[in-house]
Parts: sequence; structure tokens; C-alpha cells
Amino acid sequence: MAVPTTVPVSPIFGRLTLDAFPFHEPILVVTFAVVALGAAALVGALTYFRLWGFLWREWFTSVDHKKIGIMYMVLGLIMFLRGFSDAIMMRLQQAMAFGGSEGYLPAHHYDQVFTAHGVIMIFFVAMPFVTGLMNYVVPLQIGARDVSFPFLNNFSFWMTTAGAIIVMASLFVGEFAQTGWLAFPPLSGLGASPYVGVDYYIWGLQVAGVGTTLSGINLICTILKMRAPGMSLMKMPIFTWTSLCTNVLIVASFPVLTAVLVLLSLDRYIGTNFFTNDFGGNPMMYVNLIWIWGHPEVYILILPLFGVFSEVTATFCGKRLFGYTSMVYATVVITILSYLVWLHHFFTMGSGASVNSFFGITTMIISIPTGAKMFNWLFTMYRGRIRFELPMMWTVAFMLTFVIGGMTGVLLAVPPADFVLHNSLFLVAHFHNVIIGGVLFGSFAAINYWWPKAFGFRLNKFWGLVSFWCWVVGFWAAFAPLYILGLMGVTRRMRVFDDPSLQIWFIIAGAGAALIACGIGAMLLQYAISIWKRAEYRDASGDPWNGRTLEWATSSPPPDYNFAFTPLVHATDAWADMKARNYRRPLAGYRPIHMPSNTGTGVILAGCALVLALALIWYIWWLAALSFIAMIGYAIHHTFNYHRDYNIPADVVTHTEEARTVQLAAVAAQ
Amino acid sequence: MPFVRLTPLLLLAGFLGGCNMVVLDPSGDVAAQQRNLIYIATGLMLLVIIPVMVLTVVFAIRYRASSAKARYEPEWDHSTQIELAVWAVPLLIIIALGAFTWADTHLLDPYRPLGRIDHATPLAEEVEPLEVEVVSLDWKWLFILPQYGIASVNELAAPVDRPISFKLTSTSVMNAFFVPALAGMIYTMPGMETTLHGVINAPGEYEGFSSNYSGAGFSKMRFAFHGVDEAGFDAWVQKARDSEATLDRATYLALERPSEGVPVELYNGVAENLFDLIVNMCVDPGKMCMSEMMAIDARGGLGLAGIHNTLPLTYDKFARRGTAVFGNEPSYVQSLCTKEEAMAGLVERDGAPMRDRFTPLAGRGLPRPGPSAMTPIRTSSLPDLLKNL
Repeated sequence: MAVPTTVPVSPIFGRLTLDAFPFHEPILVVTFAVVALGAAALVGALTYFRLWGFLWREWFTSVDHKKIGIMYMVLGLIMFLRGFSDAIMMRLQQAMAFGGSEGYLPAHHYDQVFTAHGVIMIFFVAMPFVTGLMNYVVPLQIGARDVSFPFLNNFSFWMTTAGAIIVMASLFVGEFAQTGWLAFPPLSGLGASPYVGVDYYIWGLQVAGVGTTLSGINLICTILKMRAPGMSLMKMPIFTWTSLCTNVLIVASFPVLTAVLVLLSLDRYIGTNFFTNDFGGNPMMYVNLIWIWGHPEVYILILPLFGVFSEVTATFCGKRLFGYTSMVYATVVITILSYLVWLHHFFTMGSGASVNSFFGITTMIISIPTGAKMFNWLFTMYRGRIRFELPMMWTVAFMLTFVIGGMTGVLLAVPPADFVLHNSLFLVAHFHNVIIGGVLFGSFAAINYWWPKAFGFRLNKFWGLVSFWCWVVGFWAAFAPLYILGLMGVTRRMRVFDDPSLQIWFIIAGAGAALIACGIGAMLLQYAISIWKRAEYRDASGDPWNGRTLEWATSSPPPDYNFAFTPLVHATDAWADMKARNYRRPLAGYRPIHMPSNTGTGVILAGCALVLALALIWYIWWLAALSFIAMIGYAIHHTFNYHRDYNIPADVVTHTEEARTVQLAAVAAQ
Repeated sequence: MPFVRLTPLLLLAGFLGGCNMVVLDPSGDVAAQQRNLIYIATGLMLLVIIPVMVLTVVFAIRYRASSAKARYEPEWDHSTQIELAVWAVPLLIIIALGAFTWADTHLLDPYRPLGRIDHATPLAEEVEPLEVEVVSLDWKWLFILPQYGIASVNELAAPVDRPISFKLTSTSVMNAFFVPALAGMIYTMPGMETTLHGVINAPGEYEGFSSNYSGAGFSKMRFAFHGVDEAGFDAWVQKARDSEATLDRATYLALERPSEGVPVELYNGVAENLFDLIVNMCVDPGKMCMSEMMAIDARGGLGLAGIHNTLPLTYDKFARRGTAVFGNEPSYVQSLCTKEEAMAGLVERDGAPMRDRFTPLAGRGLPRPGPSAMTPIRTSSLPDLLKNL
């Protein structure tokens, strides 16, 4: 797409003109046609089956943490497909563009693809997966009925979704940033990137960032204030512990991202000079600030999955987690240290040797608690009775994969080594090694582990195994060549290559990506088949894995109120402890349960924020003003909403719990 | 059967043998030391990584549910000895690695002038390093050799075994200067100056490129780095001196406009202080140099009158320059000094200590590095090393 050099700003449409629609780019037109057809089919089906009202009442406006958690996972999965198609496009381009060939993507398109891939995979895949898991599991694990601020939870989800929609909109209207996923100035400044790409980036992240920060506050409050009686901090399940640390990281680091993006937008909108080259601006300040957010961010992503692996290992080894206390301290140490390492992302910018060695050594120190965690999982397996169900297989794959990623990470933390490896494909291989091997493998373990809890039936094992092997083998085939290419001195974000001897490695990496595509296909098939044959995979017990924590104490899926009676906790693995002591479910004495009411305010406010962001991106000032006023106005209006809560009557609770009694009796009789 | 199993390994070895891993097999002493550190760090970490991977597999097989004879202790969850070991072993490895890191980060600091030519040859006192001023432009590399009064685009030659001292900057966006065979990379940043020292030990044709993404033409921002003997270097300098083109300010301003895949160009004669003008973003004669602006600001600035001293931007190096929608038109500060005064200011700065902010490595028991003492930490015995900590 030709970027207009100067775009007139019309009072009605801002700088949005017909040229902003990429009619002349066949790839985008075809993509748009497919997306439009798919969307039309979906809308048609929803209308035909009269599901709109159901979706609105039961899902979109729901303040139930379980439904919001599931919606986060769906959002992450949809965005994952987008982010992965970007990955395939890059692999194809890099496998093709040799010997004078320009490949099939021009620079303007290719540069957007790798930027979008990074932004989407971190903000709209990994983050929704992590937030979704915490949302679903944490209240159940601590014996709560919902999060502290249920409406805020719904609002957070829709803000994240609005951010995702903004980034997706850039595909078909205008352009996305061509700056790399962190948009370093001066490249992201007005001088080098005058059109809408960077504005899409800024507003997409700002809107989603509000959601993330609020959700962090919400979960901290939930964990600190809503634990079941008896659950002291050192009796919390390890997943809840890692969630707590993650949310502390979120609340302390996301405001930095928000602030740095505000400064960048001031540079771009009103001509300030925070990060410009001249007039006193300093682009290195941006680099420092964004990594002060960016490094905690990677621990935000990985810590909850460390929690997942701990839960899965303990459950499937049929054993208490080895070294619970040291696991907790390791998590806390990682949380604190993650703020002291940001400079290792730019050793090569010319900081002095003492600064570089300080940050290099703090980075290495993080590997000590991480190593301790690895050993703790290992010694949980020791003298256990390991059932190789899918979650446990993902965990073992994680352990074998992640240690390599950790090792290359420590290697990159040695400044002199980083001087020859920084920005190379070795670095790319390293962070995919830890993010795929850690965050994604962990998410897949978690999905397989908690799916029966969320829906009341297990996932098909055969297709799960197909997906597992395609993913694990595909991952190594895709990224081992990148390690090698990095050692051959190949740098990242290249669009065309001269040296023909590199091509074979890119072809192998492409084949690996194709294998991963099969893994994703098998995974989707696994979900589809399991839903289709859900009667066959039904789990009535609510505790299909012989679980150890409280979420397995209630039915699957849990009732709206999670627990008819708040459980009393006496030990770390509360549910295992209850089972060991012949716990009996109370069968009478139910009372009405106070619950929050659904509200559409989250959707409406996030909708206003979405319009506001798009108006700001396109300089449509009247619309920006209007949507801003609408957002503030509706927020004030919502404060007058007095229908915020209701009581589930005692007889409804009694009815639900009696059905559960019958169900459990049937399981026991089998 | 063993052969079948070994086939993939052999294939892999064949592949790896066939490719040129320049990072692991560099031709410059600095890059070679960096490579050594990669090996040391990897070796140290494998001490713990390999046992973990082996144990993972062993435990996974041994304690599988279907194994009848494995011990099962569901309540066993603590062992002080194991806990101590699993915290202590990584800690010890990191202490060792941290010691290497601290010493080598200082010894291989890109700002530190070289103390040796290669592992066996200390640097002779009288050797004058080759000075190269590097500018990354959109999207090509400019090299100025002030000792020879020549400049080149997308090509650089350097004599084997002569230390090279790079000063680097950029014009519009950040790049990173990287010749993997020579030494590690260093960022080039507009309005800022970075430093790199290196030496090439073997003649050859090497590749240099930008290793930090800088926009549309980034992929083709590559240059040839020739490691040549003295005669070869003289011939290259002579070729530049025979060139008809000179790099005056006007030529430079035309050159810095964005372009891709630019062929090699040599210049005989370079405008006075061009590199410093580029760093201070005042090649355009009407613009105030940043050094000048900072000097004024350091003395209290020009007060309110100063904000009127801006000129609208009639020319800019960017192909497409945006305007902040609510901001002023792009502008720059008009120079107040005469050309001679501005030049004098730059020259004055030349002797200031900021150019080499490198300070010698000092530590108890650690010999000061210099021509006679290179990489002291390697030659120390372990007790010495511990004493120095």
C-alpha cells in the first residue's frame, strides 16, 4: 500500500479516506473476504438460532468469573490463530527471499506482519490465556464465590477485547505499526512513522492496558481478602500464589507502559519532544521505560504457568508438591528480581561495563530460584505414581524444553556474549523457547487439566496426543534452526537474504511451523470432537484427576455460586486433606446466597473506548469528543444502577445441591 | 539398527559442518574472546542442565503409574538436604559465571582500547589504531577515515592486526553496527556517539550489517568489510584518493536521504569535522549544533527570547515527515554562531574527557590492564581468583 505523504484532515472523516482501505493488496482483500464471509456466517447462525439474547444475557453481560475466564480463553484462542498466521507468513517470506528474490511480501507489509505478530502474541494471546486461567481458577481454589469486583472484571475483559479489535481493525483499515513490537522511537516517532500504524499500536495497547491493570487490582484484592476461612497465605495453592505475584507485577508495571505510551502519543499528537532526536528529546529514555515494564511482563506471563505446572505435577504424581515453602519463596524472589534486570535488553546500547555487569548478574541470579523450581517439580515426580495424562505430558515437555531456553537466556545475560548474539535469530529462538515452551505448553496443560472442571466433560485424548507430538516436534524443528542461524550471525526482522547457504535452515524452520500448524489443527479438532461427543466424555464426579485443591471439591461445571457452603481449610492441599479425612458433603441447611447481578455497562463502556480510540487514530475529533463524553456519562449513569445484586433463593440452592447429591450417588454406584 | 539411529545425528553433524557459524569461528580477537565466553558459560550451565534433563526422563520412566516396583511415598514432600542442594548448586554455578561476567564485561567493554592483537601478541606501544567514524544512514553505511581524509559508503577495509577504533552515530533512527567476524555489535543512535574497538586477525571478505531493525530498507543495509594486509589497505586508500567525488556538506545532505541497496561509493576528501557535525545534528549550516544549544542551556539559556529563534523546516532528511496534528510545524533552532565559532566549539569539545569515558579496570590484586597485562583473570589460578573477589 502506498502511504500518503501528506493526508488532509477533513472535519468529518479526519484522515480516513478511501485510500485507507487496501483494495489493491490481494493478500489483504482475500483475507478480508474470508473474514467477512466467516463473520457473516457466524452472525447469520447466531440470528437464525436466536442466540443473540442468550449470548448477551448469559455471557457478554455476565459478571461470573468463570464465564469471564472462559471468554478470555476464547479471545486468546481466536487471536492466537491471527498471530500464528502472521508467523506462517514470515516463515514463508524468509524461506523464499533468497538469491535476489524479494519473496512475496513488500517491506511495508512484512514489517507490519512481524510487528503485529509480536504485539498480538504477547498482549492478545498470552495475556488473555494467563488472565483467563487466573480468573477461572483462583476464586475456585480459594473457596470464593466470585472475584472482589465482579463488574470490574467484566469491564476489564471487554477493554482487553476492545484493544484486540483495534489491532485487528488495522489489518483492513489503514496500516499497523512497522516498528517491531515495542515501537522504539525515533522509528515510531512522527518523523519516521507519520501515518496511522503507530497510533493503532498506541491506542490498542492503551485500551487493553486499562483492562489488564484493573484485572490485576481485582485479583490481588480477591486473593488477599476472599480466601476461605483457614487458608492462610502459606496454605494457598501454589497456582494462587503465582497468580498473586503475577498480579502484583501487573499492577506495579503496567502503569509504566501506560505512561510511556502517553509520552509517545504526546510526541505524536501535540509535538512535544520526549523521545525525539533533537530539542532535548532522548529516545533511550523510552527504551529504558518500556523495558521497565517489559521485563516484569515476561514474568507476568510465565509465573502463573509455573503455578499450573506445580498443580499438575502434584496431582498427576499423586503426591504433595515437593518443597512448597521454597516454591513460594522462589516465586516471590523472582517477582522482586524481575524489576532489577531490564537493562539486559539493551547491553549493546553502550552503557558502561559496570552497569552492564550489574544487570547481567542480577539476570543470572533469577535463574537460581527458577532452577530451584525445576528441581522441586523433579522431586515431586520422585517416588510419585505418575499418570501420563495430557497435562502431565505437557509438563514433562515443558521441563525438557524450558531448561534449554533458560540456559540460552542466561547465556544472553552475559554481556560480552550478548554483544555477538543480541538481536540475532538466536535471541528469537531463545524467547520463543521460553514463551512457547513455558507459556503455551503451560496453557495447553492448563486447558487439558481444567477443561473437565469448566464444562463437565474431558477432552479427547487421541487428538490431544496428536496435537502434543506435532507441537513438541514442530517447535524444535522450527526453532533449533533459528539457534543455528543466530550463531551464523543472522539478525532478526530481515526480509531478504543474500547468502544462499542460509536457505536450507529457513526451509527446515518453515517445515517446523507447518508441523505446529498441524498441532493447532489437531487441537481444534480435539475441542470439536470432545464437544461433539461430550456425553461420552462426561465426568459427573467433579474430580476426574483425583485433584488436590478446592476447585475439585465442587461440581463440574460449578454452580453459579461455586460452593453452597464456604469450605474450611486446614491444610495446603485442602481438597486432598478433606478426602483423606473422609469429608462428607453437607446435605441440608442451605441458605440464600448473595450474588452480583449481570450488567451491560462493561460492554458499553468498552465500546465507547473502542470508538474513542479509533477516532483518535483517524483524527476524527468530533467523534472522539462524543465517545469520550458518552463514556464518562455512561459511567456516571452506572453509579445510579441500584440493581447490582440479588439472592439465589435457598430452595434453588437446595434443588441444585440435591441434583448434585443424586449425581454423586450415581458415580459412587458405578 | 544403531546405524539407523545415528543417521539423524550424522545428518545434523553434516549440516552443521557445512554451515559457517561465524559467531563461533570469528576472525577478530575481540569476537574470539566473546566466543570463548559463550563456551565457558554454556559449559558451566550444562553442569546442571544435563543432570536435570536426564533426571526428568529417568524419573518420568521410573515412577510411571504402570511401574509396579517403584516406591510410592505420597506424603514425602520435604528434604532439607535436597533443598539445600537445589538452591546451592545453581548458586555456585552463578557465582562462578558471575565472576567471569564481571571481569569479561569490563575487559571486553567496547569502549576499552585494546591491549592486545590476539591471544599471544600484546599491543606494541607505537601502533596507532585505525580510526573509523561510522554513520548509519537510511539505509546505508558511511565510513569516514579521518587519518586518511577519505570516506566510503557500504565498504570498509582494515589492515590485519591493526586495532580499529570506531566512533559511531546515526542520522535518523537507531541501528546497530555489527561485523560478526570482527567484534560484538554496538548501537548507532542519532544525536549520540558510541564507541567500539576491534581488530581483525585474518585476511578475508567479511560481512557487516545493521543488527537493529530500522525501517523499510533495513534488510539491504549491508556492507563489505575487507580484512587486508598493509599493501592491500594502501591500495584501497589509494582507490579512494583517486575518486573524483568529495564528501562535502552538500553531498552528505543529499546522501543522507533515504535510499536502499546503494552501491559502494568512495570519496576523496571529507568536510571538516563532518562526523561531529552529524553527531550534533547541524550539518545543515543554518542549524544550531546540539553542543552549542547545550552550552547555552548550561549557562542559563536564552530565556523567553530563545523560543523565537526557530526556523520552519524547509528541508528534511525524512522522505515523509509527519506533523503533530496539534503541534507546531516542524522546526529547528537557528544557529547563532558564525561558522568559525561553531567549528571552534566542536574542536574545543574534541579534547574533553567525554570522548573516552572508559576508565581502567581497577580491583584489589588485579593488575591494571594495558599492553603488558591482558585478560588477567584467565591466567589467575582459582585461589587467586577467589582472593580477588
